[in-house]
Formats: sequence, structure tokens, C-alpha cells
Amino acid sequence: MYQYNEVDQTLVNERVAQFRRQTEQFLKGEMSDDQFRALRLRNGLYIQTHAPMLRIAGPYGLLNSKQFRKLAHIARTYDKNYCHFTTRQNIQFNWPKLEEVPDILAELASVQMHAIQTSGSCMRNTTSDHLAGVCIDEIEDPRPYCEIIRQWTTLHPEFDYLPRKFKIAVSGALHDRAATQFHDIGLHLVKNDAGEVGFKVFVGGGLGRTPIIGQVIRPFLEKKHLLSYLEAILRIYNLHGRRDNMYKARIKILVKESGLEQFTEAVEKEWLMIRAGRELSADRIAAMIAQFSPPAYEKHAAQDTSFAERQLQDKAFATWVKYNTAEHRVPGYRAVFLSLKAPGSPPGDMSDTQLDAVADLADQYSFGEIRITHRQNLIFADVKQADLFPLWQKLDTLKLATPNIGTVTDMICCPGLDFCSLANAGSIGVAREINEALDDIDYIHDIGDLKINMSGCMNGCAHQSVGHIGILGVDKKGAEWYQLTLGGSSENEAAIGERLGPAVAKDQVTKAITTILDVYIKQRLDDESFLEMVNRVGITPFKEQVYADY
Amino acid sequence: MQIIKDKKIIDDTWSYIAEDAEPKGGDISVSLARWKKDKQQLLKSSGKLGVRIRPADSVEEIAADLEHIQLVELDFPSFADGRLFSHAWLLRSRYNYQGEIRATGHYMPDQVYYLSRVGVNAFNPEKAEHLPLVLSHLNDFTVNYQSSVN
Repeated sequence: MYQYNEVDQTLVNERVAQFRRQTEQFLKGEMSDDQFRALRLRNGLYIQTHAPMLRIAGPYGLLNSKQFRKLAHIARTYDKNYCHFTTRQNIQFNWPKLEEVPDILAELASVQMHAIQTSGSCMRNTTSDHLAGVCIDEIEDPRPYCEIIRQWTTLHPEFDYLPRKFKIAVSGALHDRAATQFHDIGLHLVKNDAGEVGFKVFVGGGLGRTPIIGQVIRPFLEKKHLLSYLEAILRIYNLHGRRDNMYKARIKILVKESGLEQFTEAVEKEWLMIRAGRELSADRIAAMIAQFSPPAYEKHAAQDTSFAERQLQDKAFATWVKYNTAEHRVPGYRAVFLSLKAPGSPPGDMSDTQLDAVADLADQYSFGEIRITHRQNLIFADVKQADLFPLWQKLDTLKLATPNIGTVTDMICCPGLDFCSLANAGSIGVAREINEALDDIDYIHDIGDLKINMSGCMNGCAHQSVGHIGILGVDKKGAEWYQLTLGGSSENEAAIGERLGPAVAKDQVTKAITTILDVYIKQRLDDESFLEMVNRVGITPFKEQVYADY
Repeated sequence: MQIIKDKKIIDDTWSYIAEDAEPKGGDISVSLARWKKDKQQLLKSSGKLGVRIRPADSVEEIAADLEHIQLVELDFPSFADGRLFSHAWLLRSRYNYQGEIRATGHYMPDQVYYLSRVGVNAFNPEKAEHLPLVLSHLNDFTVNYQSSVN
């Protein structure tokens, strides 16, 4: 993974010093709330319902064991012994003290981490495929380009006060695991007819209040022009994005209101004027690719026979392998998902002891690296098949081996009303209730691939509009109600879920979900997945059952 | 009144002429609207000339006049309006403007490092007591990831 050089380290150190000074000025009353708000947000610090929340960047989801130990230390020393992993591959602490945040940032800088631009109206953490570099359907590893983009976006002097937040995602595989079509800019590494690899550029996608699928602004962009093209898009957005209404300020609204054709014309015109002299050199790209060179895989890893034997002997192990590991491009290796969705635990949360233990396991079994997925789980990307059995046993003790990846209990869930000042409704409690109702793992496996996403408000942090089942918390005269949608997807066949009907009361959500699952079990064809069935029959059969008593 | 120009605190010689006020002697700046309306008359005045740009203005409109303009003021209605950062970049990089670009209005001392990077070389702080602060913030960082004007 990428290692900081002197420039990177100096930059984060100077940023910490800057924020320490800004915090002191604010606490002394020398800076207004408004001004400090803008500055603290650009350092990941929100003021929440109960306490500040600090969001730390997980650059394209890639961390190492040393960084995990630091997170454990921060959780113990400055917080309530846990942290939360987010859908944008970031890490959140829910209980830091404002006056201690500069110290936390200094601790992070000591392990090459920061919280720069993790909130505020600026360019955010670039996200990517959690299986980058190891998956079997990859055209090219997206991480070197993510790092090039990370550096370009960090402290960009011209684009730090945009109309609204701005998110970029990069995918290098055939299967889009990075929800790129729901980002302000989505980049797909693709091969053109001449066999060259470049980027297909999507623009104007987004979730939140007005979910919109991104559109192709350029079918093929040569790699060397990556940064000049991003600059052209950002300049047009910075100058012309709406600033009169924060709900219409995202680039998706600008693209929609100007029309894709006119927007594209403006971007291409700008790009033609700036691209000369700004090409990424082949050397720079090669040097960055070298930072992500593969680890020292064992040549004979595939000759191991214990893996197959263990699966035959131990059904629970075989089930875990089926659901929580993924195929690896190197024979004899697999990528392992650590489920942060154990029954009874808030989705995406981890304790300090788990963080420390995971750091040790990463060192022992996966070259010291850990990845964060956008469905709020973790990955050890490079585990030898012979090591899977002992690793599984250890993960099981840590409650990180629930075999539910990609299933109905692998829910994406925001912190909701319990923590967030924006939320209209709770989400963690509802998730727990659904989890308790679905306590039969065989039933969960029978349902198969089903993604439930639940957000506590319209801002849609948990991407409910692209959940196969989406749950959105709304406020109805001071009570918590929940709007259900079906048929959303953030993958290649991107789709926004359709509203099932009127919102249901909090105590009816679990029943509605189990009813939807029953309809699926009864009416599905052969191997048809939930999403395939919704696409085939529409929402009516589900609607009839869920609202049968109304 | 004092301002910062090229990292030094200096006395300001410019005055801004409001929309309906009569032009007076010395170095004066006017709004873009007034510039467009009274350009011929203004060009006859003895002092130096400046134009005050607001975020929604287009700097393209003064691109052809830049040889007559010694000051472009970027007038911040709010520190959150980032359009003026692009205006500064465009003036320097696209239109090769060599005169003074000055930030004025409601921006934060904490923004001057970025402003200097996109080509702003003079600062009229919202509060006069912030002059030393602005001067020190011009050196907030010693390294950068991306090229810009500076």
C-alpha cells in the first residue's frame, strides 16, 4: 500500500498544527461559530446530538495493522472504546471532546492518517472497489489512480469551497463494487477497441434526497488526462453549480438543469484549454503502480489439501467459506470478509479489543493490511487457503465470523437518531429487531443475496434508495415512521428503489420486512434472486401483502 | 487604511466608487456593471483603474480590458462562496493578468493561503486587527500536492 513520503507527512503535520491553532482561537472566542464550523468540517468534525463526531479518512478503504492499533488506542483514550465504519470507507468516533480533537489528529498523523475533507462542501475521500488488486474480474488495479486523485483533491486551493460536497469513486473491475454510478464523478477503468486502458467517466450521480444515476460524460479518457479532466469538471461545477439552495447544489442538479449535452460541452471546452502540459507522465503512473505491487505470495499455496478436507469435516466452516470469502486471482488464496453485522451488535461498529485483535490477525494472515468495504464490513484481501480454518476459528471468537455477507442481515445502517443530529428516526434499534426476527441462519441463506439499506433521514447516508430493500426513517408529527422501497441497486445495473406504499409505524417495520421475504420465498422461480424477482413482477405482489391489513 | 500586498503591510491608495457616486481623482475601482457602462469615460481619468468582481460575475467580460485595469477586487459576500477562487485562477492562468488581485469582503484569514495559491496577491481583511494574522497565514503550508498559479 501507499507509504507517505516527506511531502505527505509534512502536509498532514502542518494541517494538524493549523487545526490546533483554529480550535484554540475558537475556544478563546476569537472566531465565530460559522467560521469554525466550516474549518472543523473540513477536518472531519461534526457537532452531533450528544457530542462531536470525528470522521477519519480511510483512503479508498485501505488501512494497515499499525493504523488499526492506533484506532484502538484512540477509541480507548479519547472515546468510549469503539468506532464505526461508514459506507464511504471512513471511520467515525462518536464521543471525542472538541478540545482533544487536535491531539487525536496528531495521533493519526503519526501513522499516516488524517481527517482532511471528510465533510464540508469540498472534495471528499475517494472510494474504490474493496477487492481491488485481488479480484478475478479486474481490468486494472484502481488504487494507484485513487491515490493520485487523493493527492490532487487534498487541500486543492481552488475547489475547497464548492457549492456542496463532492465525491469521486473509481472501479477497475467488470463488476462495479464501488457504486460509481451514484457518485458526483464515477470512473471505470475500461479497455478501448485498440486495447488501451483508460477511464469511462460518469458524472452527476448521487444518493441523498434526490437519487440520480450518473451519466456518461466521456466514454474513454486516456489515463494521462485524468487530472485535467477532473479539473475541468470541478471548475465548471464551482463556477456554475447552484449556491442559492443547498438542496439543489450538488452537481447532479447542475447536470440535470443544464442537460447532459450542454454540461458536457462546457466541460470539454474547458478541458481543451487546460489539458496541454498537465499530462500525468508515464513515470509518475508507473511509480504509483509500484506502490501497490502485490505482496510476496507463496508459490505453492494451492497445493494445500487441508482446506478442502476441513470444509468436508466442518459444515459451519464450509458455510463461512461460502458466504464470507471471495475468489482470489492468485491460486491458493482467498479474500476474507470480517462481518461487522453480528446479531445484537450495531452494524459497522467495532470495539477497541476487536480492533487490536484484527490488527494482529492481519499481520499473521494477510500481510498486515485491512480493507473497509462500502457495506461496512472489513476484508483481509490475501489469505492463504491453508490459513482459512485457524483464521475462521479466531474470527469466530471475536464475533467477526457471522456467515452473513451479502445476505439479509448484512444491513447497511446509519447511526440514526441515537447519535446523529440530522436523523428523523432511529435505525440501529430497528436493525436489531429485524436481526432478532431473522435468527435462523438457514432461512437467511435460503433467501440468499439481498441487500437491506436503512437510513434515519432523507440525507440517505446508508444508501437506502439503492438497497434491494430500502428503509428510510421519516418524522410524522413527532413519531418515527419508515418508508420502504424495493428494487434499488448500486451495481452495474444501477437502479433507484420504488416506493412500496405509505410509511409504516416503527413497530410494524420488522413485520413488513418478514412479509416481503415470505412473498419472495413463495413466488420466486428456481434460482431467482430477490432483485431479479422484483424486476420481474414489480412491487404489487409485495404491496398487497404488506398492506393487507390496512 | 492598510492592506497586505505581496506579503507586506502597506497603505492603501485605492478607493471604491459606489454605483451612483461621481468618480473622483486618484486610483479608483468600480463594479463590473459600472465598468461596462462607463468604460470610455473612466479610461479618460488620470488615476489607475480597478474593477470589483462579485461571485456571479464572469471575468471573461473584462478579459479584453485587462491592459487598462491595474486592480481586480474579489468581493466576498460570504467566505463559503468559492467562485472567486476560480475567478482568480482564470485571471492569472487564462487571461495572463499581471496586475493586483485583492480579496475583500467577508472571507476568513484562514483562507488566504489558498487564495494566494490561486493568484491573489493582496488582502484587505474584514477586520483591520487581522493584518498580522493574515500575513502569518500566508505561510500555513510549506508543501502542496497540486499545481495552481503559485
